Amino acid sequence: MSRFSDANVATAEEIISRYPVKKSALIPLLHLSQEQNGHVTDDAMRHIAELTDTTPAEVKGTGSFYEMFKFHPVGTYMVNVCTNLSCQLLGGEELLDHAEKSLGVKAGGTTADGMFTLEDVECIAACTEAPCLQVNYRYRHRITTDEFDQMIADLRNGGLDDIPSHGTLAQIRQTIPDGMGAGIVPPEQAREEPVWLARNRADDVPGSVAGGDDGVGS
Amino acid sequence: MPTHTYVPHAPGYVDNDGPKIVTSRFPHEDSYTLERSEATGGYDGLRAALAKKPSEVHDEVREATVLGRGGAGFPAGVKWGFMPPGKFPYYLVVNGDESEPGTYKDRLLMERDPHQLIEGCLITCYALGLAQCFLYVRGEMALAQERIAQALNDAYANGYVGKNILGTDFSVDITLTWGAGAYIVGEETALIESLEGNRGMPRLKPPYFPAAIGLYGQPTIVNNVETLANLPWLMLNGPSQYKTYGSDDSPGTRMVAVSGHLNRPGVYEIEQGVTTFRDLFYGDNFCQGIRDGHELKMFVPGGGSAPWFFPEQVDLPLEARPVGAAGSMLGSGAIMVMDETTDAVKAALRLVRFYARESCGKCTPCREGTTWEERVLQRILDGEGRPSDIDMLLDIADNISPGPYPNAAYPDEGLEAIPFPPKQTTICPLGPSSVAPITSTIRRFRHEYEAKITKRDSIPVTAAPVEGES
Repeated sequence: MSRFSDANVATAEEIISRYPVKKSALIPLLHLSQEQNGHVTDDAMRHIAELTDTTPAEVKGTGSFYEMFKFHPVGTYMVNVCTNLSCQLLGGEELLDHAEKSLGVKAGGTTADGMFTLEDVECIAACTEAPCLQVNYRYRHRITTDEFDQMIADLRNGGLDDIPSHGTLAQIRQTIPDGMGAGIVPPEQAREEPVWLARNRADDVPGSVAGGDDGVGS
Repeated sequence: MPTHTYVPHAPGYVDNDGPKIVTSRFPHEDSYTLERSEATGGYDGLRAALAKKPSEVHDEVREATVLGRGGAGFPAGVKWGFMPPGKFPYYLVVNGDESEPGTYKDRLLMERDPHQLIEGCLITCYALGLAQCFLYVRGEMALAQERIAQALNDAYANGYVGKNILGTDFSVDITLTWGAGAYIVGEETALIESLEGNRGMPRLKPPYFPAAIGLYGQPTIVNNVETLANLPWLMLNGPSQYKTYGSDDSPGTRMVAVSGHLNRPGVYEIEQGVTTFRDLFYGDNFCQGIRDGHELKMFVPGGGSAPWFFPEQVDLPLEARPVGAAGSMLGSGAIMVMDETTDAVKAALRLVRFYARESCGKCTPCREGTTWEERVLQRILDGEGRPSDIDMLLDIADNISPGPYPNAAYPDEGLEAIPFPPKQTTICPLGPSSVAPITSTIRRFRHEYEAKITKRDSIPVTAAPVEGES
């Protein structure tokens, strides 16, 4: 079963509702499916296509462009070691070598127990804290080989609080309470000038606080 | 207690005694909360903006010359003026897809002070009449996504975002959205493609820049996170105060990440056009020197896409015009420093490999060229290089970026600086960027290439040509 669960269908519909064009939700929904299943499955892509009025081919066409989407099973923990220049200068490649030996897989491989997938990745924006890595997109800065081994041991022995399983990105979602949103603005809808712009143009009056006779504001 | 120290909860950020426009809340451990933000003037910049006419807000941004902090350095106020009048709706897309090699600032701004960014988005939407804002965060930055999601939820609950903001008739939604791992999506038209649910490939431009035809075919402003983070301060303090920092051409401050072989690598907020590379590398308030016992060999002044600089250039100020004239760019404020132990060919290969991996494949010179560059460099490094390989590299480079490529002056060889920017046969600058490490190192350290090709391994890697070598 890799279609969205009922709870995730509700989440997906809320995400879709924040875009003027449904297709814009493709990347967030692919993430959501990866959060549910650990990787992106064919059924999930079919379901996303249904929800966004696109075709499964379009979903895969978009998804396959992006490195974070995995179309085959990967480890519970994705260990991404940065080897770009700033990290290379301070031991990123040595850290990757150590990781390969320690986990017993080459970069790109998954350990036999399905716990870890190792990748060498491009710059992850922690350049002053080299060498750095991410596990399921949670950072570890200035990491030594000993610290690496300890981290792997901790993950094997029940995990670490700040690292969810692969696929889960932000654990806090944006929610817009009913009645609080300004509303999405679809492009095709012929639109008037926004009221605050029009008011200022018409009255030539600086408009700080609303009120006035237009009835908006509270 | 020294006034310039690392801040543990903001990894890499150094709190020194310089002026602070965008990092003022970083020293607070809870800087990302609405409570801390409000207690330290959060959303006062929005209130100040709402007290002005939208056109006055735009005028102030134009007058302050807020330069784009994403890479190109184009003035935000001018970019804002490119939208065709009357073609509503207009959109705002915030570029938080920070992934240029060496760049580490937008992530800190998003993780440490999301409310400042949200406030900057709102000021922009108010000034230009933008109908909806999309805040696009790099996929790999899970914590930044969480912090912004929480900040938006709090901001909605307190009337800062959404319908009738702060009781006025100004209403706009901010939609948090995120990517999934593609460097090229940091290019503004590729970002728009990605936001439309497509593969992140850049659009052909000119003639139509996003300000004219952008998201869903509508006029769209795309601004970098740091650019927008400047606006709350600017609204509160005004353009003349803003211009007391920095130089006439490049007012204000900017964030730089200085990484590599330094005693104290870090992220600093500096004054543009005032601080020099020497100050940064050797200053006590900054990086405190090249790592002990070593000397500077070369540095990348503005992210992986920038042509490299050498010890002769350290006295340049961090300012767009002089750095451009000297043959490089400040780009995204990413400075990577290498000492004399660094193998120039290996370092160049690492950046070239990045561009080969990240090329989207749309333009042939880049798709094929970056891969060839990587393969030729790899075989040189592996000791399999051929004597013709150096010329071949330059030839491939010329197919991606024809003509003289921007380069620093090399006084010892009598070579003048070739000013930025490069020409390109591609839609976006990714392909031409791959040329920077190659031409920079061949021009300066050709002897290192030749030593590898002829397997004269006894020739040491040095900061200057060995006596008697060409």
